[in-house]
Amino acid sequence: MSPTLQRYLESSVASHGARTAVREADGTSITYAELGILSDRLRDRLVALGVKPGDRVGIYLRKSIDTVASIFGVLKTGAAYVPVDPSAPPVRNAYILANCAVKVAITERVFEPALRHQLAGEKFDPPLIVMAASGGGNGLRAALDEMDSAVSAVRTETVYTAAEDLAYILYTSGSTGKPKGVMLTQRNATSFVDWCSEIFSPVPGDVFSSHAPFHFDLSILDIYTPLKHGATLALIPEDVGKEPQKLAKLVHDAGITMWYSTPSILSLLVQYGKLEELDLSHIRVVNFAGEVFPIVHLKALHAILPAPRYFNLYGPTETNVCTFYELPRQIPTERTDPFPIGKVCAHLEGIVVDEDGNEVTRGEKGELCIRGESVTPGYWNLPEQTANAYLARDSRYYRTGDIVTEAEDGNYTYAGRRDRMVKKRGYRVELGEIESCLYRHPDVREAAVIALPDEALGMKVRAHLATRDGGRISLIQLKAFCSQHLPVYMVPDVFTFHAELPKTSTEKTDYQTLMKME
Amino acid sequence: MDRQAIHDTVKTYILEQFLPGEDPNELTDDTPLMTTGILDSLATLKLVTYLEEKFDIAVEAHEADSENLNTLELITDLVARKKK
Repeated sequence: MSPTLQRYLESSVASHGARTAVREADGTSITYAELGILSDRLRDRLVALGVKPGDRVGIYLRKSIDTVASIFGVLKTGAAYVPVDPSAPPVRNAYILANCAVKVAITERVFEPALRHQLAGEKFDPPLIVMAASGGGNGLRAALDEMDSAVSAVRTETVYTAAEDLAYILYTSGSTGKPKGVMLTQRNATSFVDWCSEIFSPVPGDVFSSHAPFHFDLSILDIYTPLKHGATLALIPEDVGKEPQKLAKLVHDAGITMWYSTPSILSLLVQYGKLEELDLSHIRVVNFAGEVFPIVHLKALHAILPAPRYFNLYGPTETNVCTFYELPRQIPTERTDPFPIGKVCAHLEGIVVDEDGNEVTRGEKGELCIRGESVTPGYWNLPEQTANAYLARDSRYYRTGDIVTEAEDGNYTYAGRRDRMVKKRGYRVELGEIESCLYRHPDVREAAVIALPDEALGMKVRAHLATRDGGRISLIQLKAFCSQHLPVYMVPDVFTFHAELPKTSTEKTDYQTLMKME
Repeated sequence: MDRQAIHDTVKTYILEQFLPGEDPNELTDDTPLMTTGILDSLATLKLVTYLEEKFDIAVEAHEADSENLNTLELITDLVARKKK
């Protein structure tokens, strides 16, 4: 009997039924027993709507108890869930839901009109389960009650899918201008969650933060590690997550013991959160991932909160965490280099290769490639991109695109990217996707987007543009235009206008020259 | 300080800090700022810090959101309310 995500919940329902499974920021909570019942009810309704094992179901909800119950409802049918970013433009989310042909989408009234409009544009019309508003589990419960009062759903059995069946699809930025869906199987997920169990030894008294949005791979650790162990998941809503003082208060009030977020958020917390005014001694682990943690902010955080264990977790969505590094108990004040990304996790294997795919000798730079149980089988409906994602001579190895060096002690150090993907606030951003968006603007003749290191933002995205009439476009208009097509974190920070963009001798955009421009 | 003076001060600051080179006429009272990314999370914090110092007011953590800061008009309202 292979482990599945739905079995983690079933097992905690059996052993910890009366304990709090999920708590929202306002204190509203749900027990394991109630979460089991609510997700069973959604399972039955989804089956009544025709969902079968192997299907996909879209989840377009603000983060809430309803969302967690929806995820498990979907998993219990044997289908895979596809979470979309509720703050992203509806046109992007409709594309995603149509791209993987969801059988049903679960949403709430605030998103429904724009979603229906955009789905019509995709000529795609799946049944929608629409709750009045998500929150406390009440939105989902009421929506199910209403559907039951018309025709009650037949009671079904939870489907325990096979290890190689899909559990979820996470869409990330795609270089061709459209988001691409990373497929993750039950084994991909459970091998990672089981590794988390080993490293963090969770206990039922733990309270895990859920800071990352559910379409982001950090959410996998957040959701399933506590729910596997009968611990509590403390949801942090999107708006609070960006406001340091509110966030700090929530971390305190929720009694969080296991923290996980991007370094950007921790940097904001330490600069603006007034952490020193709060008793945060309940925090026992601080995990960060998604980008390099600027050492100055990390030191400041460590000085205020010296007691927890700190882990630098590294890995793309395609592998989830694949290397990890535990920081020393004392951080030397003279240290100015970022910490290593560490060693490969026990359920995986890693090699470092040169441009021809041959292993380099230790200490030389090369691309980190990973194989093992948590590695994705590929991208949804993109056979060519899937084929290119793995090492040609051994297709079990996923090519991370990250350049690393291996030190004498076996720890890897991150050295950069081999392509045009950057991380901004922990989000993957394909610069090509931003360029595709800019080219849709009627006044844009040429667009080239680059990323530059920035002390405050970590990474600053700069768009170089040449317009049709040679003039400027209003920044406000440009930002508003981009925000209709791209998530806000992908909207360029700076726009620079040119008569025409510099070219190489082969008439390609000269990115090297653009990188050097002031 | 009257409403118009607050409005003009805030507008000048936003243009200088976050929209360098922009035509001031493009920034209207109801231009969305947070939902378009003109004010990202860091810019919002900078703006709040500026408002607090410039106008000698205290903006509570729960007030630093798009309900109070998404447009020039809303920001002016917030400051004017606090100055009373």
